[in-house]
Amino acid sequence: MKDKRFLTLAIESSCDETAAAVLSGGRDVLSDVVSSQIDIHEKYGGVVPEIASRHHLTAVNSVIDEALAKAGVTLDDISLVGVTCGPGLVGSLVIGIAAAKAIAMAKNIPLVGVNHMYGHVSSNFIQYKELEPPFLSLIVSGGHTNLVYMESYTSCRVLGSTRDDAAGEAYDKVARVIGLGYPGGPKIDRLAKEGDPEAIHFKRVYLEKGSFDFSFSGIKTGVLNYVNSQKQAGRDINAADVAAGFQEAVVEVLVNKAMEAAEMTGSDSIVIAGGVAANDRLRKELSSACDSKNIKLYLPEKRLCTDNASMIGCAAYYKYQALGDDGLYLDAYPSLPVDAQIKISGDGETSW
Amino acid sequence: MIEKVIKNEEDCRDFGLALAERLKPGDVVALIGDLGVGKTTLTKYIAQGLGISEMITSPTFTVVCEYRSGRLPLYHMDVYRLENAGDVFESGIEEYMDGKGVCIIEWADMVAEILPDDTICVFMEYGENEGERIYRCAF
Repeated sequence: MKDKRFLTLAIESSCDETAAAVLSGGRDVLSDVVSSQIDIHEKYGGVVPEIASRHHLTAVNSVIDEALAKAGVTLDDISLVGVTCGPGLVGSLVIGIAAAKAIAMAKNIPLVGVNHMYGHVSSNFIQYKELEPPFLSLIVSGGHTNLVYMESYTSCRVLGSTRDDAAGEAYDKVARVIGLGYPGGPKIDRLAKEGDPEAIHFKRVYLEKGSFDFSFSGIKTGVLNYVNSQKQAGRDINAADVAAGFQEAVVEVLVNKAMEAAEMTGSDSIVIAGGVAANDRLRKELSSACDSKNIKLYLPEKRLCTDNASMIGCAAYYKYQALGDDGLYLDAYPSLPVDAQIKISGDGETSW
Repeated sequence: MIEKVIKNEEDCRDFGLALAERLKPGDVVALIGDLGVGKTTLTKYIAQGLGISEMITSPTFTVVCEYRSGRLPLYHMDVYRLENAGDVFESGIEEYMDGKGVCIIEWADMVAEILPDDTICVFMEYGENEGERIYRCAF
């Protein structure tokens, strides 16, 4: 007999994690399985698309089986299948989508495509059961840096985006410059704790007044210039001070822009999401800034910040409630805009 | 090879806009130079010259970004992380060189074997003064 609860099976494969989860309703996680490829990519200094794709293919079925087993259910109990359909690496996305479609078709279950960025924001709904839109969200990850105003569970307004490198990407590149390797975020965060954030001052880039856009390419170049000039002068660099100074510059801009955006939108709560939301310095600085302004800050647990399928399941649930299913015409949309909500009509017409 | 001294971002912009004017379908532009030398910045100005209205952001994360709002489609690539000929072949980036749009490839020296003979190469280096860059190219 089919489980009485509304169960969602979610699949995520947009970058370097193959993940699956089972949720009851929108916010209750019954199982969450992640098969990470970070070890493999560490060797290459970043995500290598084709390698990622091949590993997703190897991992996807066993990850789904494990998620179902851990939740103590079978495919016959599932009421909805949700899958990340963009943005991300096309070769990686298609693997998760193919698996999701196969299940949806074989078991005649509704299927919805989820924008990965709505997923990141939704990780907060899992942790904070009382949280409801509207609120301001800062999404910071390897591929994205955005300030968005979430109007509802299924719509948002983008206030600012990066104009060049994403915050996480700047971390990866700077880690490479000072010889730390991939992934750069946690490694710089760790090393920065031993350094003096005031020892080296890197220029903060705020762009024109009133803009909520970001630019992190210049900080990366600043670090590079500093390291090269020290080398030319025959001086050793203090990697911990470089890490701390760089991190301070990035975090300061993120925090100040988030606070300004909160003021402009009159938001009394800020929700952070994405891989860089796991950064200790960002969490600490944002917490104290929010405290001083009486703004409630929602900080998801670190395991919910990085890519996972629970957040996709949560976003899928709310999208299905509001907009219905997408059906088997669902495809991968590698450059899906942050605020886009994919909608596919019965005859396959796609819009966002 | 002609050597050009790019003193500031203004010069970079003029260079990018001028290069964009001569681009035609099927052209491949190879940008070769170290981290931070301004490959994505130059790409922004080439894109501006092509009339592209979307924001050009770093393609490092996705390897390829496509832009279709300009005079020609632009495929902006960063091949830094493709390790060997096998990765390059399987990444499918050669399929973008099909003649319909313009390819701009960052770190193109790492995929030299797949570049067409008439690739437009720009070698980019740091100059002596802060903010200064040296471009070497055949035009």
